[in-house]
Amino acid sequence: MTAARATYSVRQATGPAAQAHLLVDPVTFSPRYDLDRVQGRFSRAGHPLYGEPIAGVVLAAPGVQGGVAGGWAFLAMAGLGVGPAALVFGETNPVMVQGAVTADIPIVAGIDPAFFDEARSGDVVRVDPSARTVQLL
Amino acid sequence: MRLTDHERHLLDGGGGEALARLLGEQVRVGDFFGAERLQPIANAHFMGDLEVLGDAGLSYLTRLAEAGLQVQVPTTRNAQSVDFAHAALLRQSDDLVEGERRVRAVLGRLGVSTVNTCIGYQTVYQPRFGEHVAWGDTGTVAYANSVLGARTNYESGAAGIAAALTGRTPAYGFHLDETRRGNVRVRVTAAMRDLADWGALGAIVGERCRGYWNVPVLELDTAAPGQDELKHFGASVASFGSVAMYHVVGVTPEAPSADAAVDGRELVDRFEVGDDDIEAVFGRDLAEGGDVDLVVFSAPQLSFFELKRVADAVAGRRVSDRVRLLLTTNAMTCRGLEEQGLLSAITDAGGVVLQGTCWYVMDPAAQRREFGWSRLVTNSAKLVNIIRAHGYTPALRRTDECIDAALTGKLSAR
Repeated sequence: MTAARATYSVRQATGPAAQAHLLVDPVTFSPRYDLDRVQGRFSRAGHPLYGEPIAGVVLAAPGVQGGVAGGWAFLAMAGLGVGPAALVFGETNPVMVQGAVTADIPIVAGIDPAFFDEARSGDVVRVDPSARTVQLL
Repeated sequence: MRLTDHERHLLDGGGGEALARLLGEQVRVGDFFGAERLQPIANAHFMGDLEVLGDAGLSYLTRLAEAGLQVQVPTTRNAQSVDFAHAALLRQSDDLVEGERRVRAVLGRLGVSTVNTCIGYQTVYQPRFGEHVAWGDTGTVAYANSVLGARTNYESGAAGIAAALTGRTPAYGFHLDETRRGNVRVRVTAAMRDLADWGALGAIVGERCRGYWNVPVLELDTAAPGQDELKHFGASVASFGSVAMYHVVGVTPEAPSADAAVDGRELVDRFEVGDDDIEAVFGRDLAEGGDVDLVVFSAPQLSFFELKRVADAVAGRRVSDRVRLLLTTNAMTCRGLEEQGLLSAITDAGGVVLQGTCWYVMDPAAQRREFGWSRLVTNSAKLVNIIRAHGYTPALRRTDECIDAALTGKLSAR
């Protein structure tokens, strides 16, 4: 197993462990408003991640916004094979958690704020809900 | 989490594997948020249109129906993706239309009332003060918590149907007294002249106090808002800020005073919103004015009186040939409109009243491609926020400006 460069604690967590490349969303995330949920890409005009694929990545965002559609969005994207491998949030809401649980995608929240200062898109990260940690590898 | 003997029995498979799995998902969500127990509910409302469900969601619901599960409380569905009577006019795909018919059939097997409305609280079921419900569609949640004093979290699609089928939901968040206290104080000095002003206020407050756990407390210098104003504010603040509850001092039931609404909770922000702030929201898009492709009244569906206002304004006039005017409502309201002779006032003018749907769930990106639409005007701040992801250039304007844009095909510069 690769040694961790840094380990960050999280306050809330559920789901299986996952390891993948990181995609950092600098703004609050909404699967409904930001994504083409069929292609699994950011499609919101003017979004900092416009065009970036979400498929298979660990998506990290400081917070979330928007509506209840997220619940079905994660299941729909998982069904099409274009969903994220895991979700890491500063703050989250029930929609993301309900959606992730139904789609069996690991989700953590309340991460040590230092994570967003130090982690970069493309880093390999391991999300371990049972240990309540996120590691930069 | 503490479970009752009955809940433990169900979790162990006593009610079948499908029910056990649903309850298991609820327990996982409850554990995530520190819930100590499950809360029995009186009513459920969830979002389950084909556009948001996808094939995976439809398969999920089908598995639940095949397991023989039935809703345990009266349950309604939010707006669907298709108005069957207007599907051809909007060139909606056969896949979407047929898929929506399949969704409706599956929901019927589960015992869900497919009333297809996001304004059920204005037309179908209004929970009493303090009643615990499990509602999806953020605007309905904001309205239930704030205006009615009912208690619900955001219950996203699958969680909403899970609550309906188990008759309970994890007791965290807005089911609990402490979460409902205000932590942001907003003094509103703006004149608040139109529904769109309330949507604009929702955008300002939502963007500044973003976060599900924040509860804004509004103090108004203006007259008390009505149902539709609160509806537009709630839908907007939920859309822009993921906010699930707000108070309006002297208006909403848990805010007889600002101090009572805050009840000792630490404030995270305090600010004022004036006329210039509201005007700035209107000026964000298409400030230069110009041609308009589409005028949409939707998100949330329109109440009877919202529709009557448009009907009265366009009666005997014609919508511009280069503009499509779309309005959405539910079947019950549409029937009332028809009975009053108001539906024909809109349709004779060239407007299209869609029922049982909300335009942004009708695959608007496909319509944009089909019709070459781009520049959209609406009095719904929520729609403005959502529709950018579908490739439109939307602008928020007051109701009269929207009607004028529909009749002239042009938007005035601001």
